[in-house]
Amino acid sequence: MRKVLFFALATFIFQSCSDTSDKKLPILGEREPVEKTIDGKQVIDTIYQTVPPFSYLNQDSIAVTDKDFDNKIYVTDFFFTSCNTICPIMHRNMLNVYNKFKDNPKVKFLSHSIDIKYDLPSRLKTYATKLGIEGNQWEFVHGSRDSIFGIAAKSYLVSAFEDSTDPQGLVHQGWFILVDTKKQLRGAYDGTKEDQVKQLMNDMEQLLKEEFGDAK
Amino acid sequence: MRNKLIYFILLAIGFTSIIQSCQNETSINFKRYYVNGKGIYEKNCQNCHGSDGKGLGTLYPPLTDSTYLKLNKNSLACIIRNGQTGTVKINNISYEGIMPGNETLADIDIAQVVVYITNSFGNKQGFYDSETAKKDLEKCN
Ligand code: HEC
Repeated sequence: MRKVLFFALATFIFQSCSDTSDKKLPILGEREPVEKTIDGKQVIDTIYQTVPPFSYLNQDSIAVTDKDFDNKIYVTDFFFTSCNTICPIMHRNMLNVYNKFKDNPKVKFLSHSIDIKYDLPSRLKTYATKLGIEGNQWEFVHGSRDSIFGIAAKSYLVSAFEDSTDPQGLVHQGWFILVDTKKQLRGAYDGTKEDQVKQLMNDMEQLLKEEFGDAK
Repeated sequence: MRNKLIYFILLAIGFTSIIQSCQNETSINFKRYYVNGKGIYEKNCQNCHGSDGKGLGTLYPPLTDSTYLKLNKNSLACIIRNGQTGTVKINNISYEGIMPGNETLADIDIAQVVVYITNSFGNKQGFYDSETAKKDLEKCN
């Protein structure tokens, strides 16, 4: 009887350990089953939605493309510099995430401005500097109306649009989206909620482990 | 002689209790203002100035500069009602931004949020009532 109990306990402990380290983050977005032939056998594989190529200008007026995010995981969001509602909360929280992964070459941050008209690179630079950001681990980008609003809705599944009934004329959601090295979506977090941002930080650690092993 | 003594004691008791009840009323008012002010702060100010009053980088100034808040005690109501632009120096750092006005806040709301910010984040300025806020607001430029 004792032995049984001991075994039960041991397996329980073992399982609870392996649970945390092997658990994978879900892959979000649309998926499509495809048939493949591996070793002469028909198998069904799944293709997940990925972020398509893009090209924007960052706060230093330098072109930033999807290539700059190859072999990295990144967190992305949509904001604008004169937004006086949720953006300060989002970027106060994002700054905490940034500081935690600062100088980690495998992690990047990408904030898209949805104020196409006014948030030119020079204004993004002032904003980044005031936030305390130097270098290009955190990119603040300017792009054409279609490319920014298009990628928000289709690729990152974040709602952002121009709205003349809004006091500031622009409406957007405060999601932080986590993207892996294959450019697949791995998590969506409300950037205005501290507990969800904490979850994001944990999930980033986990994703780094999944993608790169334990080596930091 | 004895009557006089009793009379004196009664007078003293009456006097102290009046003073005490005045004090209690102020401290009750203070608490009421402070609690309401906290709610107003969370709804209208916290996104920029932070739950700890530390602001955000040099985008939004902190509310921790007790000297600034003391020197500008009678301008705070106007800053809150009408907003502020230009440069301000807080804790020896320059900030240049746009603080939007809060036209919908009543005089009493403004007094309450002033009590909250001037008695939180390391500040300790005491009470500021809605009558004083009303007078200060008439002098906004
Ligand atoms: C949209 C962001 C924003 C909101 C919301 C906001 N402020 Fe400000 N606040 C600012 C900025 C920016 C400045 C600096 C303005 C300048 O450069 O002159 C400022 C300045 C101040 C100052 C004077 C400088 C200092 O740091 O002491 C006070 C006091 C203040 N705000 C209180 C409040 C209170 C109280 C509320 C809520 C009723 C509030 N603010 C809401 C952005 C904001």
